[in-house]
Formats: sequence, C-alpha cells, structure tokens
Amino acid sequence: MNSIDSTPAKNSLLSSEIGSERTLYPYVTGTSVIGIKYKDGILMAADMGGSYGSTLRYKSVERLKSIGKHSLLGASGEISDFQEILRYLDELILYDNMWDDGNSLGPKEVHNYLTRVMYNRRNKFNPLWNSLVLGGVKNGQKYLGTVSMIGVHFEDNHVATGFGNHLARPILRDEWHENLSFEDAVKLLEKCMRVLLYRDRSAINKLQIAKITEEEVTISQPYSLKTFWGFSAFQNPTKGAEGSW
Amino acid sequence: MFRNQYDTDVTTWSPAGRLFQVEYAMEAVKQGSAAIGLRSKSHVVLASVNKANSELSSHQKKIFKVDDHIGIAIAGLTADGRVLSRYLRSECINHTFTYESPLPVGRLVVLLADKAQVCTQRSWKRPYGVGLLVAGLDESGAHLYYNCPSGNYFEYQAFAIGSRSQAAKTYLERKFETFTSSSREDLIRDALFAIKETLQGEQLTSSICTVAVVGVGEPFHIMDQKTIQELIESFEIKETAADQGAAMQEDKSPEAAPMDI
Repeated sequence: MNSIDSTPAKNSLLSSEIGSERTLYPYVTGTSVIGIKYKDGILMAADMGGSYGSTLRYKSVERLKSIGKHSLLGASGEISDFQEILRYLDELILYDNMWDDGNSLGPKEVHNYLTRVMYNRRNKFNPLWNSLVLGGVKNGQKYLGTVSMIGVHFEDNHVATGFGNHLARPILRDEWHENLSFEDAVKLLEKCMRVLLYRDRSAINKLQIAKITEEEVTISQPYSLKTFWGFSAFQNPTKGAEGSW
Repeated sequence: MFRNQYDTDVTTWSPAGRLFQVEYAMEAVKQGSAAIGLRSKSHVVLASVNKANSELSSHQKKIFKVDDHIGIAIAGLTADGRVLSRYLRSECINHTFTYESPLPVGRLVVLLADKAQVCTQRSWKRPYGVGLLVAGLDESGAHLYYNCPSGNYFEYQAFAIGSRSQAAKTYLERKFETFTSSSREDLIRDALFAIKETLQGEQLTSSICTVAVVGVGEPFHIMDQKTIQELIESFEIKETAADQGAAMQEDKSPEAAPMDI
C-alpha cells in the first residue's frame, strides 16, 4: 500500500506557502564600477554592458546615475535590482524634497541608507544582488563609499566593485594621490578600465565616466577606449597546436 | 476663560471657530514654572525655574537632552513632557541609525507638531498639556523653536513660557537684537537675568534654576550647579535680588496643582 506521502515539510523558515521567492542567483548583470576622489569631487567609471550569463546581451545599460543634488550611484550585479534601488532612492529623495526646508540628504546619508537596505535584505535571505559605489560632494566635503550585497560598507579614496577590486585597485593604490586634476583622474580611470577591458570577459568597449562636484553632476556620453591587439603571439594562434582552433 | 457648552471635547468647534480644549491645554502651559530660551549664531541656551513640591522633595526635571545636538525645556504637565521627550529621543536616534547624520532641528520640530495636532482632532484623545522650547544646532545654524499644545510651532531668537514669563519676555525684548552676535558667556548671563525677572523678588540661586547649553563643538549638556552659582555671583544678580527681596517679602505664586510644575 502506498503510504500517504509524508513529504517532509518542504517549507522552512525561509519560504512561504506559495514557494520561496527569495533571490538565488542574478540573471542580467553589470560588471565592475570604479570610483575615485579627485581635486574637485568624485569621478566614477563603468561600462555599459548587461550580460545574460556568458552572453553579452545588452550594450547600452546605464550603470551610473545621479541621486538628488549631491550624490552619484554606480552599480554592478543584477540590473533589475539596481533599478529597484533607484526606485527606493527616488522615493527617498522625493520625501526629502517634500520637507521643503533647505536641508538635503548628502552622500553620507544616502550611503548609510543604502547600507541599511542592503543589510536588511541580506538578513531576510533575499538580497539585492548588487555592489554599489556611492560618491558625492556636499558643503565642500568629498565622500566616496561602497556597499556590497551583504551590507559590507566602507569609505575610501578609491573604490571598485567586482573585477575592479582585483585589477583596478592595485593600479589605484600605486598611482592615486590627493588632489588629482580632472585630466589626470580621467587618465587614471581609463587606464584601469582598459585593463578591465582586456582581462574581464564581461566588459565591453563602451563606457561612461561620471563626474560630481559641488556645483554639478555630469555623466559623459558613451565612448570607447583605444585598444591594441597586434601582438605577435596573436598572429597564427594555432602555430603550436596544428588542427586546433 | 469661562466654562461654556462647547468646551467638553476637543472635536467640538465653538461658533466663534475656537477649540476650547486646545486653549485650555495652553492654559496648563501658562501655569507651569518658567522656562526660557535664547540663541546666538553659534549657541543656544535654555534655562528653567525649578519648583519642588515641598522642602523634602527633589526638584522637578524640566530640561531634557534629546540628542547631542538638541535639547528641550518644558512648561506644563511634566508627565506629558517626559513622554514627548522620549518620542523626540526616539526620532533622533532612528534618524542617526539610518543616515549616520543628526536629525535637522526643523524636521524634528515638525514631527512633534504633527504629533500634537493629531491630539486636537481625535475624540478619544486630549491635547498634550505641555509647551516645549526646542534648542538645537544643525547644518543651517543654531535654532530655538517653541512647540505648542495646539500643534503650532514657531522659531524664535528668544522666548519665555510658563508663569510670570511676561517679565522675562519684556527683558528679552529689550535685548534680543544683540543676541545673534553674543558670546556664549553673555548669552548665559542674559538667560540668568531673564530667569531672575520671573522670580520677582525671590533670590536667584543655582538650587532653584537649571541652565543648559548647546553650541558649535559643544554637545547639549546641563551645566552643573557649582558653575551656575559662581556665574550668578559674578553677575551680581544676588545683590540686585537681595535689594528687591527686602522690599517684597511675600511669595505671590499660587498653589501649584500636584501634577503641574
């Protein structure tokens, strides 16, 4: 006789009657974001790729956005979660403006708000699958911080997400210094982005650089970096292994 | 004010467009002992007269620290004041937790005012019977606000509430134009003089008053009695009060109801 199936309680503390609706893996992802402090404010760079697994599916994804009057947000990871975060921040800035009292949320406040959001989602086992870079200037004070999907957060003079941590930060550690001019800062960012372009397979050669100073926010039009592939080792790649491709 | 048929609950308008319960609540503030506040560009000072029920009991606490950058002085039903200060502390700490940044004074005051307004529009509630002087510092400078049981709030350069506050207000009105550029010490001196005005003859000592300061680089704190006594003596307030004391012996203050201080 078939026993009346004693399915072990599939539910745990983590799922509802409908079935678990927590995030398990990301689907459409953005790769590294880099941010640095320079003389007048903050500069951030990110490419415009949205990968669907190993496919470079979307090539015009804007991963740098301005928040309120004083902040810039860059995100890597799940693009739909980034869009959700932008909606949270939209509401936050709206309510801040509705006070209509001359006070405004600065980058430090936005960074901490995001930290709380990310950490609380992590505690519910339903994270927003992003690594965020938050930078800005308020009352002459420059601010640059990062938050991960599990709520790890800190501030620094230069930050990066994803592959940027491994490839860009060593360059920044050596070459970043206080009071970089705008041109030098852009050159430094482009150097890092070029390395990422060569080595990170999720990177594409279409990037934006965003600048925030006390007076204004500008996000550049998309452009591409010059690359060089004419290495002799790339001529006749199957020389040492006839028949392979 | 006399009793009338429109004053039983707060949700009844009078034909003249008044809410008598709210006005009666503001009366309770007038019966409490005096509290004054004044501000300069960089500092705000709060001072209050402490009454005690009898010689045996301790003085009623009228000044509360709400956060490092905000403090309040109350007049009226102290129990209501205590409850509201708990609410204010809670709002400040929640804001700091989420934003790592102090809550701007103007926003705290609006939250408090909106809370007070609710009690003027519910048939099962009563207005808070306490007036608050909110002193604080934020990015936009030093602020002093007065929050009313009616749910209104106003910003002031200097203000006084509670019994015999008119005497203090008169003194402050004479001098308020100098406050913006006053030094910290001058501000405290003016606060003590204003308090002296409300005592009308009684000798000013540090045991019957409390003074608190908040300023740029100086978190809100209540000054200790010894310092206040020294300041009083140095300002020669005692001398003046002693002269007046000889002339007017009796204490004219009415019996304070047990719940009012």
